[in-house]
Amino acid sequence: MASSVIEDDTPFGLEDAPTRSLNMIEAINDALDIMMSRDPSVIIMGEDVGFFGGVFRCTAGLQEKYGKTRVFDTPINECGIIGAAVGMGAYGLRPVPEIQFADYIYPGLDQLISEAARLRYRSAGEFIAPLTVRSPFGGGIFGGQTHSQSPEALFTHVSGLKTVIPSTPHDAKGLLIAAIEDDDPVIFFEPKRIYNGPFDGYYDKPVQPWKKFPQSKVPEGYYSIPLGKARKVRDGEAMTILAYGTMVHVVEAVAREKGIDADILDLRTLVPLDIEAIEESVEKTGRCLIVHEATRTSGFGAELSALVTERCFYHLEAPVERVTGFDTPYPHSLEWAFFPGPIRIGEAMDKILEA
Amino acid sequence: MANGPTGNGQVGHNRPSLRLHVPEPKFRPGDEVDFSHLAVTKPGAQPRPDESCEASETNPLATDLVRVLGDDNQAYGPWDPRLDPDTLRAMLEKMALTRAFDERMYRGQRQGKTSFYMKCTGEEATSVAPAMALASDDMVFPSYRQQGILITRGYPLVEMINQIYSNRGDKLKGRQLPIMYSSRAHSFFTISGNLATQTPQAVGWAMASAIRGDSRIAATWLGEGSTAEGDFHSACIFAAVYNAPVILNVVNNQWAISSFSGFAGGERTTFAARAVGYGIAGLRVDGNDPLAVYAATQWAANRARANGGPTLIEHFTYRAEGHSTSDDPTAYRSAQEHTEWPLGDPIMRLKDHLIAIGEWDEDRQSALDLECAEKVKAATKEAEKNGILGHGLHHPFHTMFEDVYEDLPWHLEEQAAQAIRERKIKWPQA
Ligand SMILES: Cc1ncc(C[n+]2csc(CCOP(=O)(O)OP(=O)(O)O)c2C)c(N)n1
Repeated sequence: MASSVIEDDTPFGLEDAPTRSLNMIEAINDALDIMMSRDPSVIIMGEDVGFFGGVFRCTAGLQEKYGKTRVFDTPINECGIIGAAVGMGAYGLRPVPEIQFADYIYPGLDQLISEAARLRYRSAGEFIAPLTVRSPFGGGIFGGQTHSQSPEALFTHVSGLKTVIPSTPHDAKGLLIAAIEDDDPVIFFEPKRIYNGPFDGYYDKPVQPWKKFPQSKVPEGYYSIPLGKARKVRDGEAMTILAYGTMVHVVEAVAREKGIDADILDLRTLVPLDIEAIEESVEKTGRCLIVHEATRTSGFGAELSALVTERCFYHLEAPVERVTGFDTPYPHSLEWAFFPGPIRIGEAMDKILEA
Repeated sequence: MANGPTGNGQVGHNRPSLRLHVPEPKFRPGDEVDFSHLAVTKPGAQPRPDESCEASETNPLATDLVRVLGDDNQAYGPWDPRLDPDTLRAMLEKMALTRAFDERMYRGQRQGKTSFYMKCTGEEATSVAPAMALASDDMVFPSYRQQGILITRGYPLVEMINQIYSNRGDKLKGRQLPIMYSSRAHSFFTISGNLATQTPQAVGWAMASAIRGDSRIAATWLGEGSTAEGDFHSACIFAAVYNAPVILNVVNNQWAISSFSGFAGGERTTFAARAVGYGIAGLRVDGNDPLAVYAATQWAANRARANGGPTLIEHFTYRAEGHSTSDDPTAYRSAQEHTEWPLGDPIMRLKDHLIAIGEWDEDRQSALDLECAEKVKAATKEAEKNGILGHGLHHPFHTMFEDVYEDLPWHLEEQAAQAIRERKIKWPQA
């Protein structure tokens, strides 16, 4: 942790901390609020994040609280947003830029890939890029192809970038705080489908608000969840399931429905990956299902599948299976035909168990 | 810490401390609105240089405001395009139809018939008038707010609604977000959700037309907020370097969702003034004056067609309603802005002009409004036979995998089979 102003103001363990029930938007807002108050070098910028508080309201109230020079709107120029964040980081600030939708991050790719990701390496540590790029991602809101994509694999492929994806309000807060404190550039993708409530894969059922679920109990005050540590969602023996973001909830629901004693890991951080937790689980179950919403070809599932096969081959009792979105742009009217839902996941589970 | 070796803020302590400027709009919710700071120019007072002039001769016009229609509803000055009454009435009709269409589609979204809609209320002149001034086969690369072009070019309303409902009649196969139309037959490029990407593409199309010795030109539209994107600057430099036969239309409707034009540089200079730096012709027009918009487009089109090169036109207008159905503008701007807007409403202004020259009356206007509403209603009924979003009447699952590539590779074949199997499991009767 670079900044010297930080003191630990949580004298008790996380379990004892008083909690509030928050949805994911509120949890993210809380994390930003806490980091802004603890560390004056944290600044927030992005399209519509200032007075308006962001199109998803994640930065609501922060400009009023911290002023216009710490929370401000930007020109619609994602290259500029990320490039300026790199420059601010070089000065010594800790920028948390927002890209309004992950689908709009591409104009900023050169600044991320060629610059942010490599400052430390090319300057032998003289300069770093301690930014956290927040962006809503994923489908399920009838957003069509430009409000639905899951481009995480573009970023996991880049050495020097970390990629974090929370799946609960509790984790969103702790992971965002850790990401902001991290001295390396972090891509923080927020699954917008579960901003307001988890999702069991049945789009025709009404959304259940987060308040009804224990993962919405968010400890008050400062806490961080280390990057690179997976969360055990469910302990089981029948098969390992690796998932992140929205899909964590879908696989959990499908396993429950089918009565499968699955060992479910929510990866939370894709890079650096919690390889130990994965190996331990697969060595126990001998079977592995990988699920993501992103398109299949060269998706992060391919990396996971390769790692499991390379490192756990002699423990495997069935071929590793991947369940993913299809290799098409995200369609509008057929978005639920694209989405890797209960049927696709269920079939893969059966296949793994029958092998 | 690795960064900021001198970052204690005390360096050069005998020098003044720096301050960050963050733009702030003049009015926020609840504020009294006073637009007296806006320079509203005298209609007819702006010179009209020859279409073959040096680009620099237009420099003063890039910070001026070309206007034709006066407060007395008469047309003035060298920019008056002197259109015959039939043409004026056609323009009025297209604008009224566009507005009626927007009204009904907006309501349709609210009634759950589709996921999303975007109106262009108050900005109708910026697409209808240029579409009339261009040749029908000039290629247009619009943003998402130029439905007026399609309506002017006679694209059937039913097709537009099929697209909006993403139903089985949708020519784009339900793939695109509502209003992201495409019609090659109407020389209307497929709309992207990614802002400003269409602008260098328009320039490229225009360059191609020049390479081939064609006579067609290209025109593109984008919001003032989107001019901040690098793509727009790529468009400008390519247009300048190759003297491309293209018109770059910046629709300055003052707001980009919740961000006012100051976040695109509007506090410093006009958007038309971007042209000056690139050495291309630039015009700034009253975007709510359909005659001025028509005249500016005609000027730029004639110039481009005569190998005079590109023109950047800023249309100074106002976004009278929310950004889209997902937006609530009362959260960030004063509701009074709309009522106080000093340049009026384009439809009212053209109507009043036609009445002033004795070519129209209120009864005919009422009849026109009714006729437009009926047309849209009939088209909506027709389109609804093909289904509305989320009610089963969509394109077959297999179509989801088509057009990713020209041919279906093996992996998409497999995935299509998977999608169809899932459908049979979910709906065994269907
Ligand atoms: C590359 C990109 N970044 C961000 C967005 C999100 N977005 C959609 S519309 C919009 C505002 C655009 O404003 P403006 O260009 O002024 O056009 P207007 O909507 O006013 O017509 C934003 C930020 C986007 N679609 N594409």
